[in-house]
Amino acid sequence: MSGPSYFLVYDRNAGPVDLMNKRAVFKSWWLPMAFALPQLLLIFFFFYWPATSVLTWAFSLEPAFGGVGERLFVGWDNFRDVFADTEYWRSVSLSLFFAFSATALSMFIAFVLAICVDRQLKGSGLFRFFYIWPYAIAAPAVGLAFRFIFAPESGLIAVVNTWSPDLWNPAKFGSHAMILVIVCFAWKWIGYNFIFMTAGLQSIPRSLIEASAMDGSGPVRRAFDLQIPLLAPTLFFLLVLNLTESFVGPDTYGIVDLTTEGGPNKSTDVMVYRIVSEAFRGLNYSGAAAQSLVLIALIMLFTFIQFRYVERRVHYK
Amino acid sequence: MAEINIRDVRKSYGRTQILHGVDLDFKSGEFVVILGPSGCGKSTLLRMIAGLEEISAGEISIDGRVVNDLEPRDRGCSMVFQNYALYPHMNVAANIGYALKVAGVPRAERQRRIAETARIVGLEDFLDRKPAQLSGGQRQRVAMGRAIIREPKVFLFDEPLSNLDAKLRVQMRVEIRRLHKRLSATSVFVTHDQVEAMTLADRLIVMNKGHVEQVGTPLEIYHRPRTRFVGSFIGSPAMNFFESTVAADGNFVLLDGIRVAIDAALGSANAGNAVAIGIRPEHCRLITAGTANSIPAVVDFVEELGAGRIVHVEIDGQDFAVAMDEGQLWEAGSTVGLQLPAQHIHLFSLETGLRLDDVPSLKRTMKTTVAA
Ligand SMILES: Nc1ncnc2c1ncn2[C@@H]1O[C@H](COP(=O)(O)OP(=O)(O)OP(=O)(O)O)[C@@H](O)[C@H]1O
Ligand SMILES: [Mg+2]
Repeated sequence: MSGPSYFLVYDRNAGPVDLMNKRAVFKSWWLPMAFALPQLLLIFFFFYWPATSVLTWAFSLEPAFGGVGERLFVGWDNFRDVFADTEYWRSVSLSLFFAFSATALSMFIAFVLAICVDRQLKGSGLFRFFYIWPYAIAAPAVGLAFRFIFAPESGLIAVVNTWSPDLWNPAKFGSHAMILVIVCFAWKWIGYNFIFMTAGLQSIPRSLIEASAMDGSGPVRRAFDLQIPLLAPTLFFLLVLNLTESFVGPDTYGIVDLTTEGGPNKSTDVMVYRIVSEAFRGLNYSGAAAQSLVLIALIMLFTFIQFRYVERRVHYK
Repeated sequence: MAEINIRDVRKSYGRTQILHGVDLDFKSGEFVVILGPSGCGKSTLLRMIAGLEEISAGEISIDGRVVNDLEPRDRGCSMVFQNYALYPHMNVAANIGYALKVAGVPRAERQRRIAETARIVGLEDFLDRKPAQLSGGQRQRVAMGRAIIREPKVFLFDEPLSNLDAKLRVQMRVEIRRLHKRLSATSVFVTHDQVEAMTLADRLIVMNKGHVEQVGTPLEIYHRPRTRFVGSFIGSPAMNFFESTVAADGNFVLLDGIRVAIDAALGSANAGNAVAIGIRPEHCRLITAGTANSIPAVVDFVEELGAGRIVHVEIDGQDFAVAMDEGQLWEAGSTVGLQLPAQHIHLFSLETGLRLDDVPSLKRTMKTTVAA
């Protein structure tokens, strides 16, 4: 592209060019490419390439005894295998349980904290500052920290086992392990939820709260009658985000990996963790790829249901 | 119906004090208006009565019971907010009935009272609408309905009419007055609109900078402003002021060498003291130049109001407004005589701003004004 410069916004003869239709056109091709390249490379290497590999892996199988290096196209066989596995279905239900519990716990605690800060109880300014921190910590670090806190023999929690042995032992009991990962996830996400809820609560006019106080409602009543309905759009947004993040998010993987590693006895083997461990430890790429696709489909279904049926009941002012 | 007693109430935010010791008593069933310029602390005082603002010092009691530490809901007050503060996600019926719902009033009874309240405030046809679907005046009515359904002992209004257009404001003013007659609950109404204040009040409280300047009936306050501030704040156009010196006999003041009779006996002790003279534009008279006891003035310009006019004259470079009904036309630039009737002259101390004349003359002036 050479020739006349289209770069000018102001033409000396014609006067200022219509600013609404103004377009900056680069003279050479390499400069815009250089600008776009990092982003394009990122997208290519971390999205398109993996996505196409997953697609091909999901529908093909590596010959059992190696050989030609060609993969066999096997159609839906991989999916059939996945669905026939009861372990897989257990993982699905674990994931769902984890996602809903972690979301509920995280949002509930964040909401209570946000309400307290909004009421400007003593010290709320300081707490507002601290509540946000956990979100800035990487999930594996959270997992590690909680592993120390909740280690049954040496962690802070170990004291409960002196009251009665095995009162707390996530290495032995699946339910304890599940509680552990749920608490980790919730703890990390409370900060994030808290920011949005605090911002939302602050946008509710003070006089509304005062009017309801005059009308006789206390803090709990007010939360249900006023703050939750008026905060519904924010809450809905957070619900979608928390559910998807806990269902498939990297945080879930990181936390499970560093606390329970899916155990004991696969009782915290949630879908994201299962996919990664099957692929890279079991080296079953095809099965893992098929599970990934199912997971993606599930997320799409989830989000669709939420927008279709939940959002309708949300008031947007 | 409840009496409200306010004893030496103060409010500070951090180190700045907003209210400096307010003492007031509102009688049962009275309609009290608190008037004052923006930022003088009217809303703060009202919100302290309501329980929405902590009382820094002093005591507020309602019906003889100290309410300092009571929650808003336990004080028996209801409040109408300036921006109405309607619950946006509830319809009109739910808005009006919310207090009853919180109080656990059974559904049937609630419905009945909502219907009755809606009838009183004229909203029967709008019960299913959301606040966003109402006009300003209708929202105002919902706010009123929400306040009256609880049958409170005390009504608090914080500039409830200031968001309405002029015509609606007059209409709602009348309705509020009518409502008060019907419910006769003690009402405290905050405004910075003096017409609203004068027309609504049984008793008027004028505040300035966190102090109560004067308490009295609207007429008392109009005719006997206790301070220069009250004189200048009440009345439109505003009171004219000029500085002057008390004559030797204490009975006349000298205005640029001209003796102006005053109605108050200041006593010879005040002779030679500088005072501020105040007179309302509607009490000044313009006559032909040179008449005895008149002050020569030059007509500056004339504001036509339709029902009357305001003539601005100049004395020694100082603007002086004279309000008059229709009648003689005064040409700009012409010289006229300004007459200041003695009984309408207010004297204020230059230092303290306090009114200077004595009490006996108060009664006399009050009589003349009532007779007039
Ligand atoms: N939270 C606060 N912190 C500090 N100062 C405040 C606070 N709230 C109000 N004030 C100050 O208190 C004073 C009185 O406020 P208030 O709202 O009572 O005024 P007002 O008389 O109602 O005025 P307006 O007619 O404008 O409503 C104002 O000077 C205001 O700046
Ligand atoms: Mg105010």
